[in-house]
Amino acid sequence: GWFLVRITLPRTIMSRQLHARRVEGFDKNIWVEFTQLISDYKVVNLGQGFPDFGPPSFMQEAYCNAICGGASMHQYTRAFGYPRLVKIIAKFFGRIMGREIDPMEEVLITVGAYHALFCTFQALVDEGDEVIIVEPFFDCYEPMVMMAGGTPVYIPLKPKEVTGSALSSADWLLCPEEVASKFNPRTKAIVINTPNNPLGKVFQRDELQMIADLCIKHDVLCISDEVYEWLTYDGEHHIKIASLPGMWERTVTIGSAGKSFCATGWKVGWAMCSGHILKHLKTFHQNSVYHCPTAPQEAVAVGFQREYDVFGTEESYFRQLPAQLHAKRLKLAKSLRSVGLQPILPQGGYFMTTDISSLKVELNDPDTKDEPYDYRFVKWLIKEKGLAAIPVSGFYSPEHRADFQNYIRFCFVKVILLMDIQNESEQYRENYTCAFPHGLPDQDPPKHIARTALFLTKVA
Amino acid sequence: MIITQLIHRCRSACCVLEIHPLRKLFSTKSSMTSVKQKNAKRIEGLEKNVWVAFTSVASDSSIVNLGQGYPDIPPPSYVTEGLAQAVMVDRLNQYTRGFGHPSLVKALSKVYGKVYGRLIDPFKEILVTVGAYGSLMSSMQALVEEGDEVVIIEPFYDCYVPMVRMAGAKPVLIPLRTKSSKKTNFSSADWVLDQDELASKFNSKTKAIIINTPNNPIGKVFTRSELQVIADLCIKHDVLCFSDEVYEWLIYRGHEHVKIATLPGMWDRTITIGSAGKTFSVTGWKLGWSIGPEHLVKHLQTVMQNTLYACATPLQEAVARGLLHDFELMEQPDCYFSSLAVELQGKRDRLACILQQAGMSPVVPEGGYFMIVDVTALNQDLSHMEEDKPYDYKFVEWMIKEKKLAAIPVTAFCGDESRKQFEKYIRLCFIKQDSTLDAAATILKNWSKA
Repeated sequence: GWFLVRITLPRTIMSRQLHARRVEGFDKNIWVEFTQLISDYKVVNLGQGFPDFGPPSFMQEAYCNAICGGASMHQYTRAFGYPRLVKIIAKFFGRIMGREIDPMEEVLITVGAYHALFCTFQALVDEGDEVIIVEPFFDCYEPMVMMAGGTPVYIPLKPKEVTGSALSSADWLLCPEEVASKFNPRTKAIVINTPNNPLGKVFQRDELQMIADLCIKHDVLCISDEVYEWLTYDGEHHIKIASLPGMWERTVTIGSAGKSFCATGWKVGWAMCSGHILKHLKTFHQNSVYHCPTAPQEAVAVGFQREYDVFGTEESYFRQLPAQLHAKRLKLAKSLRSVGLQPILPQGGYFMTTDISSLKVELNDPDTKDEPYDYRFVKWLIKEKGLAAIPVSGFYSPEHRADFQNYIRFCFVKVILLMDIQNESEQYRENYTCAFPHGLPDQDPPKHIARTALFLTKVA
Repeated sequence: MIITQLIHRCRSACCVLEIHPLRKLFSTKSSMTSVKQKNAKRIEGLEKNVWVAFTSVASDSSIVNLGQGYPDIPPPSYVTEGLAQAVMVDRLNQYTRGFGHPSLVKALSKVYGKVYGRLIDPFKEILVTVGAYGSLMSSMQALVEEGDEVVIIEPFYDCYVPMVRMAGAKPVLIPLRTKSSKKTNFSSADWVLDQDELASKFNSKTKAIIINTPNNPIGKVFTRSELQVIADLCIKHDVLCFSDEVYEWLIYRGHEHVKIATLPGMWDRTITIGSAGKTFSVTGWKLGWSIGPEHLVKHLQTVMQNTLYACATPLQEAVARGLLHDFELMEQPDCYFSSLAVELQGKRDRLACILQQAGMSPVVPEGGYFMIVDVTALNQDLSHMEEDKPYDYKFVEWMIKEKKLAAIPVTAFCGDESRKQFEKYIRLCFIKQDSTLDAAATILKNWSKA
């Protein structure tokens, strides 16, 4: 008879499941998807949120000085934050909040605000915990909560009925009863973002108080992402929820040097909270990246010292920046209206969200057939009109996404919006192009820059 | 007063019924000790860290610090100049590609393509992370979970165990042992793995093994045949290999760094980790990388995009320029990758000599920038110190206080069961200026004087 001889060959490729379950379902990412697309087409990039200009020269100088500042600038520093930086941050925000903040116990420096969020969720959220997220939300909150084993619970901001005047982010509100209904014994934390990305809403004191009351009543933590805190317009004031009574001891406040100083590539951020919570973030931090780079922390410290000294005066960059962006914001809104779109004027932040429902466009691309309408619209905009934006349904939960397919987001922290395109495009061409992943400017800036920018001022 | 006492008592009892004075009217549950504010289980028991205990020493200039592993020699000037140049370019101050700045991943692909002798896809087979530390973390988070076991060789760089535990998995330890019956002239090559013992650590739950070559703290450079033994087990049991090779360029005369990923059958199951900080003597830049096959690296990239998103742009651009600079010089004496090793060999030999003269027994490393030294022969009486700490912790504390010389206790790098094996060893770092080593020499020369 025949014998079946089994030959066991050495397995060079693993046969079992390789990845941990915690990364399941998180491989897609809106930025990775759209920056890829943007780099394939020559576009005016109002999509991803970063300035198309550099940080103020005093920051670049501070970094260069740090680089020449001796051997210790290039070696490990204190793991939880370079001493000079944590001290000035504690002093700076202590003055704003009217409290003594302990730089060593209550401030943690992280690799961007992104990393501060990650440390917070990993340190404090467990399997079985619920985390309330206000929609629309910066997209990373959801995967971060889930990777920590938590369950996201969503509460949408909803536009109230507005007649006549232009839409504003102030018209988007939470329903207090609905918010209250989301709290239960499993609720560990609520995440708020003010000024909000993508809407630009600046939460008012009474809105924050409503949230604070619920946090206190249900003994819940508050994670407050305040990266755009300096960017408020039309006399709006940014309010720190941690400054409300009873909130310091239960709030993690997150900030960003990248957003504060238009240096998103520096990746220096921080988490600020009471020591009994921060110690847990520190434990996670020391077992994940441990240290943050030294020299940029020195540079940010210099920047904050300067801002501390000139705070509230004309010289303050934190005052000049929103003043600069004010005009860009209005210009973008006007351009969008002129082509039949309905922008929501943001009270704060980098971004403007626009209702696209009034613009009827034939979207014939078979590749995007099954995608939400705003994704399809943005892809058409990129491919056919050379203009990049970001679809807002990506900032909504799976259950609410379908209701918000008519909005797209533009970033207006762009000099191109104020340029006299014909005369200045040469300089723009030299200094800038749009994103990447596969090339920083070794590709030519868009030749049709004038044409695509003019799209904004022409009827479609 | 009463409220403060109540708060104090409740804090220790973890009581949730405490009344906060300001919010009496709203809730009986608001408190700083509430159950809800407890940490996540994944970080439980991971608060302590040997570095936090010993790095405060670094700021005391009266102490000669051969403890924490960072250079006090300056980095190459073209590297720091590259950073200054990058910062002055506006667009290089903004976000770059999440998985690694294009010019950096391309430079890494070039350098390592040559080292590995294979084409490495810069976009799919490389991930840039916040230091090698970040690569270790990304690898664990991406590929290791509850129910898994991870084999770790002792002594190990101390973060491996907490990272494995944070991923929910179980660390399985196996010590390097001295096989030699030598009485003097110890080398890191004398420390080996017992093959049968190693094989016994592998089972169906084993997900990965972590190796570190050159090893921190011993400085062992694993030979090709030693790596083959590990590779055979990985293939037999279908296990991943995380190879921490941050000291890959610091190899001393007569030895060769072998990448386990180049052994047959290993590329597809290995993540190899490198470090800009160790390569260019810029530990404060915190840039590292993971290199491996796409089907593994893509999961690390998923972790990256959901945790940090991207590393800093100017630093990445500067490392790219540094790598390209040295790529052109590879195999020449001017290349920093080899010139640093030559410089350190002299320091290594000098330190070994002065330690011997002081009556200690150094283990001369084949690679890396650490040396462990056996202090048994000194017979230092430490009975007046705290009972329950290992001998090396007590010795280092005593040495810092009495001799003004700092080192790191080697039991920080091993599990409890191996404590007895390592507690007579301390670790010294020799990537230090000559003046630092001179100061150490003076202390060691005067050691036996009261």
